[in-house]
Amino acid sequence: MPVVMSADRIERTLTRIAHEVMERNRRLDDIALVGIRTRGVTIAQRLSRTLAEISGTKIPTGSLDITLYRDDLMRHTVGPQPVLRQTEIPFSIDERRILLVDDVLYTGRTVRAALDALIDFGRPLSIQLIVLVDRGHRELPVKADYVGKNLPTALRQSVQVFLREVDDRDEVTIEEYADTDAPSDAQEGSV
Amino acid sequence: MNVSSRVSAETHDTMTAQRLRSKHLLSVSDLSPSEIGLIFDTADAMREIGTRRIKKVPALRGKTIVNLFFEPSTRTRMSFEIAEKRLSADTLNVSGDTLSIVKGETLVDTAKNLEAMAPDIIVFRHAASGASHLLADICAARVINAGDGLHEHPTQALLDAFTIREHKSTFKGLKVTIVGDLLHSRVLRSNIFLLRSLGADVWVCAPATLMLSGVEKFGVHATTSIEEAIEDADVVMPLRMQLERMRGHFVPSLREYFEMFGITARRLRRAKSDVIVMHPGPMNRGVEIASDVADGPASVILEQVSNGVAVRMAVLYLLAGIELAGEEF
Repeated sequence: MPVVMSADRIERTLTRIAHEVMERNRRLDDIALVGIRTRGVTIAQRLSRTLAEISGTKIPTGSLDITLYRDDLMRHTVGPQPVLRQTEIPFSIDERRILLVDDVLYTGRTVRAALDALIDFGRPLSIQLIVLVDRGHRELPVKADYVGKNLPTALRQSVQVFLREVDDRDEVTIEEYADTDAPSDAQEGSV
Repeated sequence: MNVSSRVSAETHDTMTAQRLRSKHLLSVSDLSPSEIGLIFDTADAMREIGTRRIKKVPALRGKTIVNLFFEPSTRTRMSFEIAEKRLSADTLNVSGDTLSIVKGETLVDTAKNLEAMAPDIIVFRHAASGASHLLADICAARVINAGDGLHEHPTQALLDAFTIREHKSTFKGLKVTIVGDLLHSRVLRSNIFLLRSLGADVWVCAPATLMLSGVEKFGVHATTSIEEAIEDADVVMPLRMQLERMRGHFVPSLREYFEMFGITARRLRRAKSDVIVMHPGPMNRGVEIASDVADGPASVILEQVSNGVAVRMAVLYLLAGIELAGEEF
């Protein structure tokens, strides 16, 4: 399957995003990173480390599981039920600027769910969105503030993000679905 | 989130089952160890919701849950109701005294009428063993057994085991001692099934009049000696003396029962130093358990209560997520 981002490329991209975050947010002391499970959390942790290295500011980092906020929870006819994982936001999000982090931006439904979930935790000053890959095909009016790579895709293609912490390697690949009737995205885990 | 990366996340990260196989929870003996693991992991994540300022998630929004209780219950029903509300379900409580049963309607007719109103989940308690199986056969809704007679009480056993898991690194070889009114307990059977399937070494202890004959067939050690039962125990669980279920004289007096079988600080010294004391509630202080033990450092009784909500949220969520072929839920 074709590799669209190598380990080196991912690292440089995240460093660039960290610099963009510093450029757009003059103060870092009221910022917090919240990653969406599973790989958004990994990316958020990497960004937090990079930001600490280049700015000297330690950014609080949390993780969000959006399973209970999905709009397709009861629509799975086949395939695994989404497994619920821990949400850990060990700081108040009130009066903070939140950087929401995910690996792939696709339909926008995950982000919609994450916004609903975040707002149950309090009232942040603002929420900005960071994604490693934007593959298009939005179904909701969602736009990322920081994009690692814009990747034009067809619906029948699948973008896979592998990260060392969970997958033993850093890589983004794109592949064709085996059968032509690819899962209709509104129903199958596309949130 | 992209489909495939979400799916691969699951296969990479978890060794537990991905979903429950049955659409009902009637008996713990229907659950495989990996399904139990799934319930526990889900409950672990559910617990965090109880610590939020807004203790509610939209997962079961628009689902109707009927809590159908033919027998009085305060804490189990409250626990289910809180769990249902935290998941945003619409809940309806129907209890024994408001039921048409008192007007002569049979259980089957009550169930059929209920079915016509199309609830999604029915949480069911009944005095007759096996009643929840009957309901599950009649109704299209998911059925959760919240206690059927002296038979089973699966969510209680799950929350007990979940609480043990928090305090002990493994179930394998753990000495769990259940003491007291074995004869009238619905907690006992579910607990034995579940703890045995997780690998614990279960001991039961009771005066001969309250001992369940043939209990050894479940693979437990049975004794009438409280000292032997508590010796080196990791978990001690006194059962409530079910005063309202006792017709006849099983013990000479409650005071004598306390003297002979009550869990006291002195008796507990025989157990392991990190023993935990559990109780399914409601407690009779000074009957099956001494007050200083119930309130002491080894007691995890109130943790059981809060874990009960998380475990029930997990079960409700997992059952609701199951879709059977051709069925709209």
